[in-house]
Amino acid sequence: MKKVLGIFGLLAAVFLITAMASDSFLKPYNLENLIRRTALFGIIGIGVAFVIITGGIDLSIGSVVCLIGCGFPFMVMELKWSVGLAVFVVFLASLLIGLLHGTLVTKLRLQPFVVTLCGLLFYRGVTRGFTRDQTMGFRNELGEFRKIATAEIDIPGMAFGIPMPCIILLIVAVLSGLFLNYTIYGRYLLALGRNEQAAKYSGINTDRMIMVAYVICSLLAGLGGMLFVLDVGSAQPSDFGNFYELYAIAAAVLGGCSLRGGEGYITGVIIGAALMQVLKNMINLIDAIPTNIEYAVIGAVILCGVAADEVVKRAAAKRKASREFEAAKAS
Amino acid sequence: MSDDQNKPPLLEVRKVCKRFPGVRALHEVSLAVAQGEVLAVIGENGAGKSTLMKILAGVQGQDIGDILIDGKTVQLDSVETALANGVSLIHQELNLADNLDVGANIFLGREPVKGLFIDRKRIHQDARKYLEMVGLEVDPATIVGELTIGHQQMIEIAKALSVDSRILIMDEPTSSLSTKETESLFKVVKDLRSRGISVIYISHRLGEVKELADRVVVLRDGENAGDLAREEIDHDAMVKLMVGRDISQFYSRTQHAPGDVMLEVDKVRTPVHPAHELSFKVHAGEIVGMAGLVGAGRTEMLQTLFGVTPALAGRIKVAGEEVQPQAPIDAIELGMVLAPEDRKQQGVVLEMSVRDNLSLASLRRDQNKGFLNRQKEREISAEMIGKMRVKTPTEHQIVQFLSGGNQQKVVLGKWLAMEPKVLLLDEPTRGIDVGAKQEIYKLMEELAGRGVAILFVSSEMEEVIGMSDRTLVMHEGCITGELPRDELSEESIMQLATGKSLN
Repeated sequence: MKKVLGIFGLLAAVFLITAMASDSFLKPYNLENLIRRTALFGIIGIGVAFVIITGGIDLSIGSVVCLIGCGFPFMVMELKWSVGLAVFVVFLASLLIGLLHGTLVTKLRLQPFVVTLCGLLFYRGVTRGFTRDQTMGFRNELGEFRKIATAEIDIPGMAFGIPMPCIILLIVAVLSGLFLNYTIYGRYLLALGRNEQAAKYSGINTDRMIMVAYVICSLLAGLGGMLFVLDVGSAQPSDFGNFYELYAIAAAVLGGCSLRGGEGYITGVIIGAALMQVLKNMINLIDAIPTNIEYAVIGAVILCGVAADEVVKRAAAKRKASREFEAAKAS
Repeated sequence: MSDDQNKPPLLEVRKVCKRFPGVRALHEVSLAVAQGEVLAVIGENGAGKSTLMKILAGVQGQDIGDILIDGKTVQLDSVETALANGVSLIHQELNLADNLDVGANIFLGREPVKGLFIDRKRIHQDARKYLEMVGLEVDPATIVGELTIGHQQMIEIAKALSVDSRILIMDEPTSSLSTKETESLFKVVKDLRSRGISVIYISHRLGEVKELADRVVVLRDGENAGDLAREEIDHDAMVKLMVGRDISQFYSRTQHAPGDVMLEVDKVRTPVHPAHELSFKVHAGEIVGMAGLVGAGRTEMLQTLFGVTPALAGRIKVAGEEVQPQAPIDAIELGMVLAPEDRKQQGVVLEMSVRDNLSLASLRRDQNKGFLNRQKEREISAEMIGKMRVKTPTEHQIVQFLSGGNQQKVVLGKWLAMEPKVLLLDEPTRGIDVGAKQEIYKLMEELAGRGVAILFVSSEMEEVIGMSDRTLVMHEGCITGELPRDELSEESIMQLATGKSLN
């Protein structure tokens, strides 16, 4: 949990700085919105964390968010399907996408980067095709169902309610945490992420576990896509979900997932997602920072966070080595 | 060879010490090489030979101790400074860029240029000169990957000569050579000696050492165990210094009456040597050795039995049950397990703790409806650390920081927790120290006593002869013979391993 502590410190620092520099930051409306966005990005971040733990990567998340985000209103509004059927198709499509990625990675041994890069292009192209680039929205319908993304649960004594996505994130996080840390399958993922061959030689069906990771990732991307569009009400095929895969990956990496695989913390991913949303918020709220350098700030902060982490780790390793050497010399 | 008392040796190593986390690799090791001398450095695996050579070649630094060249202390803190001092290492695994041609490899990093561009013509011209010195007739424009291992080795030597090396270190140079290639390597080594170049020759093939060496330095457990002058070099003297004790004690074996057939391999064809059929049996309580040269297909055979590379044809029976292992799990479920040759890549997950490694295979069996059974994990870990005498501060220690012997004990402990019926071992004592080696032999003996069928592949003659009840010998993908315990000798194994029949 040491790894998560560092990033939590960074989050607290950015939070405090913004709170001091801006009057509107701590306003209930802003905080509620911040939590809602964090929850949505947290969900897709947890998804990609599973893939990163296997030593892979999923670049297609943003396009899956777009496919589902446009496809869901398309099914309900244009095709007039029932909400239940549309939700079923959303999860079926996400599942199939995950299975496809997993199969290509494990059976054909294609590189995850390549497979999901093609996915990134393909799903966006498909979405722009079937929507003919038209914005898909709910207009004023579906009010009840949209509440799973827009509603809040009031807590007595608090100035704002807990947004529904936050509840969904909590459920996803608890289930993911249990899966990763308390089931044999989670242990298998961590082991094969470190050393796939040794895991295989220990009797683990590594291909199936990698497949599971890609399926989890795409399912959560699909769930995220649906919640995103239910939250904002409409989606434009050409830019909905753009860069979301990078936010998800950044959240996972900030949260302690190693791109080499075998390491990942669910709480870390959530804190990483929160950090990025607070940063974005900070840039918007503090007048001294021009909004158009948003990406530069986010990029710089992530880089500093990851570099600082590495420096601390190396120093610790060096101290440990010299301690061992001294102990060895003494004996 | 120089008898001049006043002249300092070309290279001298004085009381060099080197430690790795948890292992004392070298302790006050000293040696000297005269100009034009072939010095053999021998010792068991884990005796410290490779570490010493890496220090001389500037790959690693020593902790304490001095290295002198021409009587002057030098700091060999990088490969470049070692080369500048005339020391070249010919690696066990060759370090050539096999996508480039011969000339480009010889001059890699020192390419002569003409203006902005590489002067290919000169490279090829100069390369010919060095190829001639090693007696190799290949066109410098040949892509290195197309050459045999033996020829590639010659190119490494030519490369070393091209930087005017005065000391060549050869680390197990014959381990992957054919008999003919070995002979031509010997010719080159003798030729180098006559040119006044010193060779440090590392090997555990004692026959080679006897033929080539002017002097032998023996290392044991990271220390000097003794020196032998030219006239003292004979097989028994070397073995005695290497092992440091009577071999019959080292390999403690009692014969067990073999029980039922536990492993039956019938006309199995592996993907690597599909032309040959493999058939043999291993009984309960029996230890069967599998000898052969590197590349004879022994590891491939074990991997096929274990389901890593599924068999193309044939039948495999474990404890009477027929199985076609398509993945390791199929073999494991019937009680057949493998401790692989490449321990760090296939045996353990280096970055995980001792406990997590020990329980990795049994998680599935002990699961609680998919959830981890932590209680059981702790039990297995405590039991196996005790039983295998794994030297580790705690069960949470990361396996990477254990010595090779202790890592191997973790691999074996992982499998013992599964109570196997058939234990496949691939080079079970490679790279581990003598003490741990003996413990592993004891364990093999103990398991055989409890009725486990053991099949072990080993390239160490002593080990095969010392441990097996019966030995199978492989050559180029087929089993060329079977030797009962009383017919085991280094000569009979070598005959079969080189494809000759016993007469």
